[in-house]
Amino acid sequence: MPWTRRHLLTLEELSLAEIDQIHATAAAFKKILGRNVKKVPALRGKTIVNLFLEPSTRTRMAFDMAAKRLSADVISLDGASSSTTKGETLRDTAQNIQALNADLIVLRHAASGSPLYLSRILDIPVVNAGDGAHEHPTQGLLDTFTMREHLGDLRGRKVTILGDILFSRVARSNIHALTKMGAAVTLCGPSTLVPDWFTDLGVKVSHDLKSALADAEVVMLLRIQHERQSAGHFPSLGEYTSMFGLNKPRASWLHPKAIIMHPGPINRGVEIDSDLADGERSVILEQVTNGIAVRMAVLYLCFGGQPESVAVVD
Amino acid sequence: MPALWIQKARVIDPANRRDAVGDLFIDDGRLVASLSVAARKRARKIDACGLVACPGLVDIHVHFREPGQTHKETIATGSRAAAAGGFTTVVCMPNTSPPADNAGTIQFIKDAAQRDAVVKVLPTGCITVGMKGQALAPIGSLRRAGVVAITDDGDCVQSNELMRRALEYARMFDLPVMDHCQDASMTQGAVMNEGVMSTRLGLRGWPNAAEDLIVSRNAILSEYSGAHVHMQHISSRFSVEILRHAKSRGVRVTAEATPHHLALTDDLLTSYDTHLKMNPPLRTEADRQALIAGLRDGTIDCIATDHAPHTDYEKDKEFDFAPNGILGLETALPVSLEVLVRKNRFSLARVIDLLTRRPADILRLPAGRLTPGAAADVCLFDPDERWRYDARAGQSKSSNSPWHGQTLRGRVRMTIVDGKVVHHVAPSP
Repeated sequence: MPWTRRHLLTLEELSLAEIDQIHATAAAFKKILGRNVKKVPALRGKTIVNLFLEPSTRTRMAFDMAAKRLSADVISLDGASSSTTKGETLRDTAQNIQALNADLIVLRHAASGSPLYLSRILDIPVVNAGDGAHEHPTQGLLDTFTMREHLGDLRGRKVTILGDILFSRVARSNIHALTKMGAAVTLCGPSTLVPDWFTDLGVKVSHDLKSALADAEVVMLLRIQHERQSAGHFPSLGEYTSMFGLNKPRASWLHPKAIIMHPGPINRGVEIDSDLADGERSVILEQVTNGIAVRMAVLYLCFGGQPESVAVVD
Repeated sequence: MPALWIQKARVIDPANRRDAVGDLFIDDGRLVASLSVAARKRARKIDACGLVACPGLVDIHVHFREPGQTHKETIATGSRAAAAGGFTTVVCMPNTSPPADNAGTIQFIKDAAQRDAVVKVLPTGCITVGMKGQALAPIGSLRRAGVVAITDDGDCVQSNELMRRALEYARMFDLPVMDHCQDASMTQGAVMNEGVMSTRLGLRGWPNAAEDLIVSRNAILSEYSGAHVHMQHISSRFSVEILRHAKSRGVRVTAEATPHHLALTDDLLTSYDTHLKMNPPLRTEADRQALIAGLRDGTIDCIATDHAPHTDYEKDKEFDFAPNGILGLETALPVSLEVLVRKNRFSLARVIDLLTRRPADILRLPAGRLTPGAAADVCLFDPDERWRYDARAGQSKSSNSPWHGQTLRGRVRMTIVDGKVVHHVAPSP
């Protein structure tokens, strides 16, 4: 089945076959990244605009890197330097970018649904680099790519996502990808940040850390944001850590070969002990590296490339 | 003005328990029992065969944006939209710029209505100065200036103490207090119903509880003060139960539901279409069913549109940033007929009652009846005609409707205000 999508907006709308195609493409690109010359000419002559209207370090750099590895020209624009601070609408900003002959927009935006909105307005492909609390599809793809590298087939494997799920686009994208892959997903955290409504997405919700971690082969930690405390979602970071922070004794509840993941940025000593973040079960930096290959795959496919032709792109 | 002789209509006048094929006579702007033989000869005859003739519809919740936001709507365009929807009396909310919190602004609205409106446009005044919820507006002066109710619509009075005083004070004039029931502390940044869908879409949720709390509060304060509180656009199932209980105790509360809350649910929001963004938000199927049940048993007294025009460029934004509200006047009748008559077996007369006599009675307006001697405000509609609603070609200055482009069933063919035909369309082929 050929790849037909021009946009990457959500993982909810992708089929398992499409996720597999992206992963296969990413695996091929990952090999290229291991060579001395890490660049292929696949997108030579194309211009990609990274429109990041919300702060980002990792995602923006990885998209930047991915585009450059594919020989595309890249322009990155952030919220502070864009005209949106002068009151220009997203529609106008994006149409101007298109008028400047950009070939693809990578959008990071605080408003959920904004990539879908742009995809309806523009003629060029839109890649979602995180929209509000909705989705962060490339993160979900690189996380599941990393899990597959370590675990192989994810069917029936227990994956626990721990932390601020309510406000997490990373959690939502992972939930959609993992449930399609047949993983057994458990969400865990304080009841204020992990409402039962998530069970509608085909996952388990637990507020008991021990049972949530028991025999999990993957634990993914999400950053706890200080702002949530003032909004009354939990009493204090100290109490959060005492109830849900991952430390060595608690990590022993996991499956013996379990991997520990985190999309970053990490709050050391809050959601995860510093030792664990740097320990041998941690794949946190592998996730970052895989983020380049996965984003190369996404850009390549959204430009009309096909998974099976990656081997010959150089 | 020539006399009018509406012939062979199905006349439905719930207030007078009339539902039969017959004629309506209008002379000198008033309904009359009959016309003299000579007057009949001179009268303009309207063949209403196959049409329903009912009292002109009454909407006690519209936003006509004048003064101050006339790029969205004016009293002139809003009133034409009303006429196109069969409405002959509408009640304007006071959230204009500046807010209608003083007699001068009320006079401005009345002057504009007198000059520009093709239907009866009645003002409400604010409960608090600037709708800021801090100090009572000059409610007595507003009353003298002619408001039919007070409300801080959209900015629900948060302080229970101030609301209590407002009710006690309004009770002195027996002036209804209309309230948009929303505990603002629970809805910071909220853009849609809180629940499964908001969880899925990553949008901030507006919980039912924020409405239920204020509906409860208002019922309690209404009973305590003896004032009449009208709960605007009820959307939550538990609110319906609270109202049912309050009414069974004899508390002076009334309530309205909008056509969009009766017809649509938050499942539709996967499109992030800003024409589905309003406050209160679309809720779940269980809530929608509770609203219909509430209308059926009289817990909810009437239908009101919350007609809220916004320009295309204002609505054309990220969902989080688009303003709340949709048009309602030109689609209220067909949508109500679809949901209530065709899908839920309400009688036609019942739905007309919910759109005429009931809302008029809530604010004690002399409208909503075809009683001889009453002002000749009449709506003629074809209950079955299918037509394509083009919001851009509509009478409102704005076109923010979720029904734009859809085929609707039931079409207003003529609207008469004080015996004058203010809207007339030929049947579609």
